[in-house]
Amino acid sequence: MQMPTQKITTRHSTSNETKVQPFAQMLKNNIRSYSMVIALVLIMLLFQILTEGILLRPLNVTNLILQNSYILVLAIGMMLVIITGHIDLSVGSVAAFVGALAGILMVQHQVSMVVTVIVSLLLGALIGAWQGFWIAYVKIPAFIVTLAGMLLFRGLTMVILEGQSIAPFPKSFQNISSGFIPDLFHGTDFHMFTLVIGLLLSVLLVWLEIRKRNNQKKYGFDVSPTVVFAAKLVGIVAVINIFSYVLATYEGIPNILIILATLIVVYSFVANKTIVGRHIYAIGGNEKAAQLSGVKTKRVTFWVFVNMGVLAALSGLIFAARLNAATPKAGNLFELDAIAACFIGGASAYGGIGTVSGAIIGGLVMGVMNNGMSLLGLGIDWQQAIKGLVLLAAVAFDIYNKNKAS
Amino acid sequence: MSQFILEMRGITKEFPGVKALENVNLKVREGEIHALCGENGAGKSTLMKVLSGVYPYGTYSGDILFKGEVCKFKDIKQSEELGIVIIHQELALIPYLSIAENIFLGNEQAKRGIINWNETIVKTKELLKKVGLDESPHTLVGNLGVGKQQLVEIAKALSKEVKLLILDEPTAALNEDDSENLLRLLLEFKKQGMTAIIISHKLNEISKVADSITILRDGKTIETLDMKKDNVTEDRIIKGMVGRDLTNRYPKRELNIGEVIFEVRNWNVYHPLHNERKVIDDVNFYIRKGEIVGIAGLMGAGRTELAMSIFGKSYGKKISGQVFKNGYEIDVSDVSKAIENGIAYVTEDRKGNGLILMDDIRKNITLSRLKKVAKKFVVNENQEIIESEKFRDKLKIKTPSVFQKAEKLSGGNQQKVVLSKWIFAEPDILILDEPTRGIDVGAKYEIYTIINQLAQDGKGILIISSELPEILGMCDRIYVMSEGRITGELNKDEATQENMMKLMTKTKVRG
Repeated sequence: MQMPTQKITTRHSTSNETKVQPFAQMLKNNIRSYSMVIALVLIMLLFQILTEGILLRPLNVTNLILQNSYILVLAIGMMLVIITGHIDLSVGSVAAFVGALAGILMVQHQVSMVVTVIVSLLLGALIGAWQGFWIAYVKIPAFIVTLAGMLLFRGLTMVILEGQSIAPFPKSFQNISSGFIPDLFHGTDFHMFTLVIGLLLSVLLVWLEIRKRNNQKKYGFDVSPTVVFAAKLVGIVAVINIFSYVLATYEGIPNILIILATLIVVYSFVANKTIVGRHIYAIGGNEKAAQLSGVKTKRVTFWVFVNMGVLAALSGLIFAARLNAATPKAGNLFELDAIAACFIGGASAYGGIGTVSGAIIGGLVMGVMNNGMSLLGLGIDWQQAIKGLVLLAAVAFDIYNKNKAS
Repeated sequence: MSQFILEMRGITKEFPGVKALENVNLKVREGEIHALCGENGAGKSTLMKVLSGVYPYGTYSGDILFKGEVCKFKDIKQSEELGIVIIHQELALIPYLSIAENIFLGNEQAKRGIINWNETIVKTKELLKKVGLDESPHTLVGNLGVGKQQLVEIAKALSKEVKLLILDEPTAALNEDDSENLLRLLLEFKKQGMTAIIISHKLNEISKVADSITILRDGKTIETLDMKKDNVTEDRIIKGMVGRDLTNRYPKRELNIGEVIFEVRNWNVYHPLHNERKVIDDVNFYIRKGEIVGIAGLMGAGRTELAMSIFGKSYGKKISGQVFKNGYEIDVSDVSKAIENGIAYVTEDRKGNGLILMDDIRKNITLSRLKKVAKKFVVNENQEIIESEKFRDKLKIKTPSVFQKAEKLSGGNQQKVVLSKWIFAEPDILILDEPTRGIDVGAKYEIYTIINQLAQDGKGILIISSELPEILGMCDRIYVMSEGRITGELNKDEATQENMMKLMTKTKVRG
């Protein structure tokens, strides 16, 4: 990496003030995401108590993951869309359409699973490109384009399914959503492999954290005190291993969790660490300024929608596999759950702000509430109403925080 | 004729940190056309906002006497009730409403909230006749040209039974015919006894229509002249507008000027919406290595449009012409190509177009060339922090850390962040559009020093500025623009505010 050639004195900030401040600043900037983590924990505790311990039973934890996976996949893509300052109302219909296509290919024409998945994802990309074209290049508001898409693809779903459900899918396909990773170690009471993965993962994360810290030291930055750092590592290790232990006492890690974790890691990395990620945030922050800084705003917006299309297709496949059927009603209102997850998770309705982990946390808040309220025997009517209030409260809290800050 | 319809006495208006008006006096006789002249920022518009109640009574000091009575306007409505109507430079019409609806907007011909459309239409027709506009009252304003829209504004003013009409740069956006037409209309109204105040940069127009003229400079009244008695010429007005001493507010620099590094030939640009309007008309210019070149011109002369059309075709349509760097033609067809080719454009609107206010300093600085702190496509944040810290240090950006959000900084510091961002991109040519707008004097000096340093490092600098002293103080060579054309090129030693002002107000010869 070449160093810049400007004639600029290279005095690194050494005063104590400048060293401490960035940390405090970062903490302040991240307070929103921390507060949602705290809220999630509190909600989980609340339902754990109200349901007399059912919520966090291994079976229910596994269910939580399976139930929410397809919304979380959508929320990841939706977060990027919202960061660029747009919205996508069509994802539920797109998911249904792709699920229907997968059903027709696999069940009616006996196409292999691998080919079906590839074709489905490509179809998602194509749909995303279609919508992205109108939004990025023709400059039609995303709200309108995707509202049209919502109607269009719901209609097409009913057309190709002729109003019928298609079932059942082959076992291998169902396994995407309902299968678990095999236990290579053949544990008797526990799913041993799950525990091993938990341990390996903790070692990996500890190593990454230490490397990051050393890197920061190498650059002469201040790092958090050793005690704090150690406490953080212990916390990470504890959470991961408790989680894997809980899963291991049931059937182990669901396949879908592997997919989900991979997506979270990849998309977080893209959003936070890559040039294109920066460009996405810049467009949402100030499109004009981004454009005048050489960001190819149209192209980036286009690809964000292509990406959304692919993830919507994936979500549709996961849902079809879980339901073991392709139905015309699949994916109904998914878009609203995904959008709500993003806003609860700290996205700004004006664009430029939001994180992938925020979307996941927002999705989990909704998921835990759904699940908890169902366990309590609360009807779907009340669930809907309470979710609406939570969404409003989360965003109001966000705005309150911002006003306080300025 | 000799009676004063309006007297403004000792008006002083302060904004935080700036005295926009200081003890300004303005006396307008009944039935005359009174011109208000001064450089950009001299306080003309502020004075008119005080008069019309945009700045309510109590936020300024001094007295306003209208027809001999002291007025204390709380808002525009109160001044309009007395017949003082202002037509702003940016027309305030709603394009999707019809002419009639626009004219009576806020003044609807209604009884108990129900609009009487017949009466509205009849009255509109009368008004349109008065201003000589041959259009149906039902025509949507958006379908009219700017000239006709201006007439609708005037008709709207007439509907309020205007006694004193204030026109802020009424002909700035008009073509020659429309301007002529408008001026003729003003003279017509004068015959009927209406009083008008006209703010204009176009001195030939002022000479044509005005009876007397008040000149403002730096928020103070310089003089009021009677056009006939005092035998006022354009030169005389210019002298009044610029006659100030140039104290040494500009840092010195060692000249080290080399070969031509940048050249633009036969540059033509059309308006993005009005396809037939040429905004930039056959412009040619060049910059040498280490040279600071200025572009002077009044608002609407096309300076920003020129710069932005060169920088990745960010403005305008049907752009034609060639751009050369070091003798080779370069591609500037989009912003990233312009940056790759070593051009940087520091916008005049740093909040709207320059910064991502919600992002921190560090992210703003690296945005235009993230590749520099990235390996393949992954940003190295540690290196990014170090790089931005260097700029904080070197440009003396006053902030606790580079993690501070840009919106929290003062204007001067924000401008330093924008400059950092473009220096970080390592350009060979920097176009600086109003680099010190809205910045206090101390920070200005620092920014001039940075600009000088960049020139000394061998970059070519182009400064666009509305402040003539700034152009004179900083630039080695000056181009003057008017109405989209370059009307003159002056060397540092031959340039004066007077001859620049003359070129700035030079309009096309009218046939």
